Amino acid sequence: MTDNLPSNGVTANPWRRLREFTDARIGLGRAGISLPTDRLLEFQLAHARAQDAVHLPLDVDDLCHQLAEMGGDVPPVVVHSRAVDRMTYLQRPDWGRRLDEASRERLSHSEDTPQAPYDLAIVIVDGLSSRAIQQNAAPFLDALLNALDNDPQHDWHLAPVTVVEQGRVAIGDEIGELLNARAVLVMIGERPGLSSPDSLGLYLTWAPKVGLTDAYRNCISNVRPAGLTYPEASRRLLYLLRESRQKQLSGVQLKDRTQDDVIDHQADGIHNFLIS
Amino acid sequence: MAEEYNYTLGGQRYRFKNLAELMAKATPARSGDRLAGVIATSAEERVVAQMALAELPLKTFLEDLLIPYESDEITRLIVDTHDAGALAPIAHLTVGDFRNWLLSDLATPEVLAGVRAGITPEMAAAVSKIMRNQDLILVARKCRVTTAFRNTIGLPGRLSTRLQPNHPTDDVTGIAASILDGLLYGNGDAVIGINPATDNVAQSIKLMHLMDEVIRKYAIPTQSCVLTHVTNTLEAIGQGAPVDLVFQSIGGTEATNASFGFNLSVLAEAQDAAKSLKRGTVGDNVMYFETGQGSALSAGAHHGLDQQTCEARAYAVARHFDPLLVNTVVGFIGPEYLFDGKEIIRAGLEDHFCGKLLGVPMGCDICYTNHAEADQNDMDNLLTLLGVAGCSFIMGIPGSDDIMLNYQTTSFHDALYARRVLGLGPAPEFERWLAEMAIFEDVASHRLNPGLPGAFARSLANLPAGADHDG
Repeated sequence: MTDNLPSNGVTANPWRRLREFTDARIGLGRAGISLPTDRLLEFQLAHARAQDAVHLPLDVDDLCHQLAEMGGDVPPVVVHSRAVDRMTYLQRPDWGRRLDEASRERLSHSEDTPQAPYDLAIVIVDGLSSRAIQQNAAPFLDALLNALDNDPQHDWHLAPVTVVEQGRVAIGDEIGELLNARAVLVMIGERPGLSSPDSLGLYLTWAPKVGLTDAYRNCISNVRPAGLTYPEASRRLLYLLRESRQKQLSGVQLKDRTQDDVIDHQADGIHNFLIS
Repeated sequence: MAEEYNYTLGGQRYRFKNLAELMAKATPARSGDRLAGVIATSAEERVVAQMALAELPLKTFLEDLLIPYESDEITRLIVDTHDAGALAPIAHLTVGDFRNWLLSDLATPEVLAGVRAGITPEMAAAVSKIMRNQDLILVARKCRVTTAFRNTIGLPGRLSTRLQPNHPTDDVTGIAASILDGLLYGNGDAVIGINPATDNVAQSIKLMHLMDEVIRKYAIPTQSCVLTHVTNTLEAIGQGAPVDLVFQSIGGTEATNASFGFNLSVLAEAQDAAKSLKRGTVGDNVMYFETGQGSALSAGAHHGLDQQTCEARAYAVARHFDPLLVNTVVGFIGPEYLFDGKEIIRAGLEDHFCGKLLGVPMGCDICYTNHAEADQNDMDNLLTLLGVAGCSFIMGIPGSDDIMLNYQTTSFHDALYARRVLGLGPAPEFERWLAEMAIFEDVASHRLNPGLPGAFARSLANLPAGADHDG
């Protein structure tokens, strides 16, 4: 029975209107039982963008320029992990967690290292998506620095910003330790998803030192205009920073009470339409 | 025991300091073994290790234990449940002979089922290391493992799918939309299984009710599962939630499972609790396990073993609890363990083979992340190969894109492709339901109904007419 088949060979799905309720790729239609050409190419484009986000090197000059435009007094310190290139980086997460020798030297002999510890070291890491950093790091940092400046509870004595190439989250531990910082904030490009190639992740660690596990970190994920917005991410991070500073800890023992609302989101009061 | 193993080739003597090193160096190359520092140092050393391994008697693996009996409950499980009688017909073979025997016409489906309880994970892993991809496919196809709950999984000529309607905020309407999409593409006979965005008991119970209501309203011969921690599911059962299957990620060493927050006695407790609900209609396999090469190393719990041997040991855990489904999530862990499409494909075939040889109802999440050197073509290849190998089930997700877990797995369309080119059907009970509901115009020739089946048209009519967002 091929009577109902349109001449282009594609059968549309009448339930595609349900896309209103989800970003899932539902109701794609079919050519026989296969993906129609337009849907296939949409997917290929999304995957291409996600792959590019992984392999595109961080434009460090551009990032430093963006940071300078924000009016930072001290230029960022640019360092590199032990993973020499992206292929090595992808296969050796252990090397991405440690600074190379030259970078260690630089941070150890930094004339800026004061006697009194910094309250916070901010570390910007390319991670798995340079796009996340290129697009979101400076504007988010701008929002955060404003919030810290206007914090009525604490003065925040900040270490110079560090920018890391080929780094993983834990490299912040080594940097925080070398800079003599009481806490470290790592801003890192997250593993890109098909529909989110530009997600920025935030990781906070109290008393950073080499060898800490993820159990000692707090994470805020999916920071980008189409995800968790800069002001909202900044609000949640400030909460964690204050709590961490007050309790002198981070990780599983530090709960983000800004997120206590149980997820019970239902679009416009509509319940499960399959049942009702 | 730390017995040394040696092999002489030409004038050169190769030494392997223990069985773990011999196994690791005999393993086809992959990034996780390189990361662990256990990989062969040259291509030649790898083949020499394979030659040495081929000469080992199968009985070696019962005597030279890779992880000591005293320090690992998985080793104790393997040793204490070993059936020497079942092994007897092949107990005299070496690993190399074992490969020949498996490929030979002596090893019929019935004979393979008979020796199953005598085969340890280490024997399965060892022989897989000296098998080519086609060997792994051919032998797996002869291994029949059938399980049942509200339908029957793993019959010859069948390929089932887990419908995976994940949503980044567990939105009920969004999840329902993906379930509808999957059902109308003939997916969901292995299980309708949700990875919750928020992993707590209250959230899980909400999702269990959602799926239970759908399954009952449309009388779908399938089962549901929320992929939350086993202890959460136990608590949900305690609160009277409609639990069909108990989920847990498992690994092949006690320390791996400790890092996942459970041990064997917790699994036993959960299996008993789920069976006591008596919710199955045609069987009582109530467990759903997920595994994947690299999890032990990732947890720092691999005891110097290669990742594929650790993975095979996880199947000993699985088979002890009579699961309905075991799923190797082969490409999810990332390129530091399986670097590219070639390594992912090899691992998927190994896992499926070892699982089936050991009697586990093996399916595969044929998948990759965006930082792996892999793409849809690699997944097409593995899907086709596993379909030929008789894989029990695969994932089905809208358009291959998991918008919650941010990775790509097989789509509803992909499942229909595999069924059509390989002449496979879904579980028989589910196949009848697809015909009754007029989801397919003709199930046998894999022709979908071009229109919207009546029952679902009425449900869609419940929705307010909204703007038609396309794209």
